[in-house]
Amino acid sequence: MYILNRRRFLQVGSLASAAMMMPKFLKAFESGALVPPGNKVLVIIQLSGGNDGLNTIIPYRNDIYYRSRPALGIKRETALSLSDELGIHPSLDGLKALYDEGSLAVLNNVGYPNPDRSHFRSMDIWHSASQSNEFWNDGWIGRYLDAQCNGCDKPTQALEIDDTLSLALKGDHNKGLALTDPGRLSNTSNDKYFKDLLQQHAHEDEHHSVEYLYKTMAETISSAAYIQQQFKTYQSKENYPATELGRNLRTIANLVMSDINTKVYYVSHGSFDTHVNQQDQQARLFKQLSEALTVFTGDLKKNNRFQDVAVMTFSEFGRRVSQNASGGTDHGTANNMFLISGGLKKQGILNDGPDLMNLKEGDLQYKVDFKSVYATLLNKWLSADDQLILKQHYEKMDFI
Amino acid sequence: MPVVAKKVEMQHLAWRAGFGETLPVITEWEKRRRKEIVNKVLIGPKRAELESVDVINATDLPDYKRFRDMTEEQKKTVREMNTQGIKDLNVAWLNMMEKSEHPLREKMSLFWHGHFACRTQDVLYNQQLIGVIRENALGNFGDLLSAVSKSTAMLQFLNNQQNRKQHPNENFAREVMELFTMGRGHYSEMDIKEAARAFTGWGFDDNGTFVFREKQHDDGEKIILGKRGNYNGDDVLKILLDQRQTATYITTKIFRYFVDDTPDQALIESLSDKFYQSGYEIKALMREIFMSDWFYDSKYIGNRIKSPVELLIGIRRTIPMAFEQEELMIAFQRILGQVLFYPPNVAGWPGGRNWIDSSSLMFRLRIPQVILYSQVLNIRPKEIAPEMGDGGNYKMTLQINDFLKRQFAKKVNARINWDPYIQGYSDIPRESLADEIAGVLLQQPGNIKKALLEKYADTGSREGYIKTVTIDVMSTPEYQLC
Repeated sequence: MYILNRRRFLQVGSLASAAMMMPKFLKAFESGALVPPGNKVLVIIQLSGGNDGLNTIIPYRNDIYYRSRPALGIKRETALSLSDELGIHPSLDGLKALYDEGSLAVLNNVGYPNPDRSHFRSMDIWHSASQSNEFWNDGWIGRYLDAQCNGCDKPTQALEIDDTLSLALKGDHNKGLALTDPGRLSNTSNDKYFKDLLQQHAHEDEHHSVEYLYKTMAETISSAAYIQQQFKTYQSKENYPATELGRNLRTIANLVMSDINTKVYYVSHGSFDTHVNQQDQQARLFKQLSEALTVFTGDLKKNNRFQDVAVMTFSEFGRRVSQNASGGTDHGTANNMFLISGGLKKQGILNDGPDLMNLKEGDLQYKVDFKSVYATLLNKWLSADDQLILKQHYEKMDFI
Repeated sequence: MPVVAKKVEMQHLAWRAGFGETLPVITEWEKRRRKEIVNKVLIGPKRAELESVDVINATDLPDYKRFRDMTEEQKKTVREMNTQGIKDLNVAWLNMMEKSEHPLREKMSLFWHGHFACRTQDVLYNQQLIGVIRENALGNFGDLLSAVSKSTAMLQFLNNQQNRKQHPNENFAREVMELFTMGRGHYSEMDIKEAARAFTGWGFDDNGTFVFREKQHDDGEKIILGKRGNYNGDDVLKILLDQRQTATYITTKIFRYFVDDTPDQALIESLSDKFYQSGYEIKALMREIFMSDWFYDSKYIGNRIKSPVELLIGIRRTIPMAFEQEELMIAFQRILGQVLFYPPNVAGWPGGRNWIDSSSLMFRLRIPQVILYSQVLNIRPKEIAPEMGDGGNYKMTLQINDFLKRQFAKKVNARINWDPYIQGYSDIPRESLADEIAGVLLQQPGNIKKALLEKYADTGSREGYIKTVTIDVMSTPEYQLC
């Protein structure tokens, strides 16, 4: 029996009103899958600037670690203990609590073959999921949209909480949408002149670039209205920290708790580029991360959504094993990732910690290709064809 | 082939071979033969010397050559001069594009700037590279290739300074083949290895001058693309130019940049044949394109998405303006996804539909209002990722990021000189103004209804009318195209 539930009703309703102002050719993209299958949501937190993984998950039993970082090493007694071998940075106490309750998984030694130490190039590789000698102009979330959203209605399936869109969310045919504040986006795109322009547009040649621009414009205007409408339906009562990340996670929580069709949220936190005076800067950024995530996960739990939301953190590379002369670290290679959810199948420390005995020119060697993590999340969490999206087969993991 | 009006034809030429022209210029061009205008576009003003965009002299930098021996304080000064220098260079080149009487040279240089994509934190290296690009932009591709390959910026960026007989570094050889000349799939890994051996010894000295370090050169026999000999770097470039594939690869890229995103194989083949026969004369290739009837086919007219720099320069060429803070243009470039001297990777800017997503499009549509009505810039651009050079001068990128942050929520203050623009419409009767404005700003003007422009126009005065209609026409999706 077909039941028109509230979720579906709201979406049909909002689409009907948006569709009225659309020229005929544009109505096509308003049809199609209204809600993607499943209820799962992925939140990606990018730790920009190359976070020092060795001072994040600390191998506090390892002499090489302390020898390489006489000033910068985190002392055994200050690190928060996760296991006999590994501790977590003292400022990440919120993550330690998630670890204790079984909602956090740590993946060590994540990287990719032939690592690149340039921020922009390495970030490109993480965004596009290409090999390190390939240059792709689309991102893995963008290609997820291409695969899942062929002919579907809105780019709201993947949202970046930012003013501009990252490569990760740019597909060949579909692109995610960037916004910092649903209200501001809606104001900007609500300009009467833009709506009039859209209405008077009568061109019908789909191959012409002008159609692409009008289509993007129409999607933006209708998406902005849709997001704003959904955003109003739930306002968190939790006390989020007054940091940029706190505000952004609050925006995400409000949307996750609404009936919006968004599957992927993307947000950046940084900069972790700690060549000098690393300790203070990393501790400050970690504190912000920890506090924001504590409130965010608490909010999800209260609303019974924590089972359906997975948070993934990553950084474009880790730092070198040895500290440098200015109280910081330089660009390195392999790093760790956090996975946070009420729905993890495996929790805790998923694999061995860093192997400091087998460095390559002073750098950690990766054991897990990050694309395996992507493949796992795409396939098992988002029910998508990971091989199509990543253009290659990668081993899937069992944390979800 | 559907024929377009002569006026549209000339506007098409003005946009593709430059950054658009104003109504008086187009009206003048309309009266002349195509050949005459194409010649003018190719050659530029008679006897015009190449005006440099240099912003700094090597001697302006304190003890520049001995960075390693400097005190922290001195290093800081050098970094600041580099940061400021790269910002100045960006702004200087933008101004050149806006004011140039030879816009094709700047347009072509912009193309090569993306083709020979390079990032360096050193203002002098950047300055040297853009210098040789602008100098050879319309010259011979072989000369250009050689000059770029021997530039300090490129040798540093692609690690050829570390390419030595004992420890070859293949990065430079790989990119020269993959990105500068033949494109992927036309050579083997072995060819790269052998070419890398030939490039050993190519480097630069403390002054940033190309040097051939004979002791580091491997003078043994190499086999490259089926040829055998004791080759050096110059020989490799010559071998690569001998390959017809290089002509095809370059012509395809030029076609996609100047004509259409979708390559037409037959046209490209015929163009690249001539390019190859001419010994890689760039000007001859461009003449061939701009003189061809097919170039003016209506399917190509107004179907190309302007790059961010073209869009900004187009607006500024139409309506002269001076910004209180010229560096604001860097924030605009960042938001739109094209910062000069910061290509996204070695492959350059992908272009086309890649420029457009929801946020970049909505910002593009708002630019004319933001600038011309002095509105607040309320978009925060993403940070530019710093590079780690040998000198560890990543700090300068952080300074640029700080600068970009500070622009947030500030009003865009520019002195707009509307007079020449309004003057350009003095002969046009009021009732045809809207159509004329749309007609010169847009390549497919019929798409914007006069009634819509009228609805939003300031009808109080002729001047106000021209201004508001112009801003509204510039705020359309159609204006993003050329």
